[in-house]
Amino acid sequence: MTGNFFYFLTFLTLFAAIGVVVSKNPVYSVLFMILTFFALTGHYILLNAQFLAAVNFIVYMGAIMVLFLFVIMFLNMREDTEQHKPVLSKIAAAIAGGILFVVMIAALKDVNTQMMQPAVFDSQIGMVENLGKVLFRDYLLPFELASVLFLAAMAGAVMLGKREPGEQNRF
Amino acid sequence: MQEFILPANNAEMTWVCLLIPLLPLIGFLINGLGNRKLPKGLAGLVGCATVIGSFLLSLYLFFGFEGYGNRPYTTDIFNWIHVGALRIPFSFQIDQLSLIMLLLVTGVGSVIHIYSAGYMSHDENFGKFFSFLNLFVFSMLLLVMGSNYVMMFVGWEGVGLCSYLLIGFWNKVTPYNNAAKKAFIINRIGDLGFLLGIFLIFQTYGSVVYGEVFNQAAQLSEVNDGVVIAITLLLFVGAMGKSAQLPLYTWLPDAMAGPTPVSALIHAATMVTAGIYMVIRSNVLYTLAPDTLEIVAIIGLATALFAATIGLFQNDIKKVLAYSTVSQLGYMFLALGVMAYSSSLFHVLTHAFFKALLFLGAGSVIHAMSGEQDLRKMGGLKKALPITFITFLIGTLAISGIPPFAGFFSKDELLAHVFVHSKVMWAFGLLTSFMTAFYMFRLLYLAFYGNFRGTEEQRHHLHESPAVMTIPLIILAILSTIGGFMGLPPVFSENHSLGNFLSPVYELARRAVPSAFAENHLSHELEYILMAVSVAVAVVAIIMAYFIYGKKRTVPAEEGAALSPLHKLVYNKYYVDELYNGLFVKPVMGLSTGLYRFVEKGIIDPIVNGFGKVTLGGGRSLRFVQSGATGSYLLLMVLGIALILLLNFII
Amino acid sequence: MNDIPEVIRTIPLNYYLYFSTALFCIGIIGVLTRRNAIIIFMCIELMLNSVNLLLTAFSSYRSDPNGQIFVFFIMAVAAAEVAVGLAIIVMIYRNVRSTDINILNKLKW
Repeated sequence: MTGNFFYFLTFLTLFAAIGVVVSKNPVYSVLFMILTFFALTGHYILLNAQFLAAVNFIVYMGAIMVLFLFVIMFLNMREDTEQHKPVLSKIAAAIAGGILFVVMIAALKDVNTQMMQPAVFDSQIGMVENLGKVLFRDYLLPFELASVLFLAAMAGAVMLGKREPGEQNRF
Repeated sequence: MQEFILPANNAEMTWVCLLIPLLPLIGFLINGLGNRKLPKGLAGLVGCATVIGSFLLSLYLFFGFEGYGNRPYTTDIFNWIHVGALRIPFSFQIDQLSLIMLLLVTGVGSVIHIYSAGYMSHDENFGKFFSFLNLFVFSMLLLVMGSNYVMMFVGWEGVGLCSYLLIGFWNKVTPYNNAAKKAFIINRIGDLGFLLGIFLIFQTYGSVVYGEVFNQAAQLSEVNDGVVIAITLLLFVGAMGKSAQLPLYTWLPDAMAGPTPVSALIHAATMVTAGIYMVIRSNVLYTLAPDTLEIVAIIGLATALFAATIGLFQNDIKKVLAYSTVSQLGYMFLALGVMAYSSSLFHVLTHAFFKALLFLGAGSVIHAMSGEQDLRKMGGLKKALPITFITFLIGTLAISGIPPFAGFFSKDELLAHVFVHSKVMWAFGLLTSFMTAFYMFRLLYLAFYGNFRGTEEQRHHLHESPAVMTIPLIILAILSTIGGFMGLPPVFSENHSLGNFLSPVYELARRAVPSAFAENHLSHELEYILMAVSVAVAVVAIIMAYFIYGKKRTVPAEEGAALSPLHKLVYNKYYVDELYNGLFVKPVMGLSTGLYRFVEKGIIDPIVNGFGKVTLGGGRSLRFVQSGATGSYLLLMVLGIALILLLNFII
Repeated sequence: MNDIPEVIRTIPLNYYLYFSTALFCIGIIGVLTRRNAIIIFMCIELMLNSVNLLLTAFSSYRSDPNGQIFVFFIMAVAAAEVAVGLAIIVMIYRNVRSTDINILNKLKW
């Protein structure tokens, strides 16, 4: 049952990802993106990483994707706003991506992934309580630094968004 | 004595020693930087004053030397090179030998500087001339004062450079430049030998400082040790180049292209005697290598004879003097070869006096003749140039070996030593002496007696030179007259002042090889006979010259006139120049032309240009890769990642 | 407590590898084919998520919490990046009235 669910979610993720790439309308792209993230959240739950599932759901699907959508609408983008690349360069891009895919698969095919050891397995590592302990014990400094990063990002976004003195008031 | 050459503990001495070469250097800098901006009078004043200052300081050192206990000393200025075991201090060594050379260089140098102020007064590059002369004196002083072979080499190269600069002083005339190049290149051959000799000295004795080298040599080396012979031969190759011995003499006659004072100072009195100085300085090494000394003697004798024969038929007044210089230098090496070091130096001194006198006299003649140097165009100058004539006569008598002029004493002493060594060499030496007297009096008769053979214009222009030129002539004439009395032969005086003064210089050699210095006095009767013979030979030569050129008033044949084969051979200097030209210059030129045409143009140029073309073409085509569009960069980046992973996968 | 999730028991870890690679390559193809800067940006997010998924998978399979902590930090950084990136895109749009990356071809000599 769970195995089938895995395949379904995988299919859904890849389908939505391809949708992101091929959709002509940016708004559809964003919606497909949200679908991708939704499927990924399902993967996280399957992997028993509940904290990440929640964060992914809230931060990515909620905050980030809404931000994207907001910007796209703000810039008033429609299907016709994007000029398409020449077919040749699209094919070249697809071939490049395809080659990369083939090479990576070929390289990873024989990777010896150590099987999980049931004796020492702990299914609770993805729980909020467990992760919180690790985060605030081992990763306290990076965690605090992340807050500085956010502050910088915030200030940067404000600075970039501000109109410069000589700039024309276009919209 | 010499093994304890102590540093002078006297700061005053250090300053004096430093100032002696420094003064000419300052003069060089002032005149060199201020060329054409300085007024001529000031340039001449600076040029002369610095050298005269050096001369006075040298005198001070000379007279202070006795007060110092007649002990050689060194003055360390600073540590020049200090690499591993190699230690070369920049220091001066003051001993009997360097004092004599100092006095000679600065004394004769001063006189010639003063003369130059008159001789070159019409030249536009007056300042340049004096700066070169000063640089020369500076280099020469380094050469004779340095306390090690490397400093000697620096001075050696310095005088070579100045010689080149001054021979080609009138650099608008191509043959003069060629003469300068020739002098420089031939000297290079000798310098290579000298340099190799220095390397070998360092390798053998672990030092290049005179005191240490000679001590080591005296203690360690055996007589006729192979290494010592190699060192002395290599050093002698250097001396050959600088002192114009066979087979490297050909540059000296050509060097007469330079202004006459230069010929007098550099190519007669001082620079060419550097080789002799070097041999005397290395007397310990040479004494340890009698085989080398034999070679030195033979080459010296051959040079003396060879150059004298060429001198017999030369028509250019300076060329005659040049060949006579080569010949006299051969004499000096002959004396060195028979280990008569002091006699050789004695001859260096007297030769410097009378040869400088002769050259300056010739300069005065050339000055009066408005640049004419051909003896066939002169004649009867006795009346027009009385002072020049008298002084020139004194110089000629001195070089011919007529008592009581300087040349007699030095040459006689020299020949006496040769006589003790080998009778055959003595005979050839006497023959050379005969020829010397002959061609010098030929020169004298052709130039000063008979009728004037030049153009009308030149006849009107004839005039005695100004006092600034005649006074140096008179000074040198006096020196040429009395200079011989510093080395009276044993028959006249028990006290050979120069020989006694120099004797400590050979102390170490004497200790190393006592047998070589065994007293070998001639009996007084034999000495009288030798003297009489050499004077008689000279007198016969003079009488012959008188009959041919004085009485019969023979004038040498014009250019292109039919000559007997032997005469023609000698007149053309045995075709040595042509021989060297065909043997060395032509093949090298051919080789370089061939290399240029095929290797340079055919291989190297295309390779070098090819690099440029490939780079340019590559840049031109690769330029399109850098489109500036982010998309293509991304594409390439992805392809790159794929490639890296692929390589990782394959390898 | 120690009941191993079924997916870990039944699905080999390699499947997650292939899946992440596929997702990553889709992202790359998107970046290469599209010209709209915002879409490209989203494709980059896609790639980031494929990495996140793989990290989580390894973390869960080996019951090592560090991998998940890393994912958490990647999400934090991605959030900051999106904020700044979108601000830049907006600014570019304000200046050139377009988000087409082909206009941004000033990166040459």
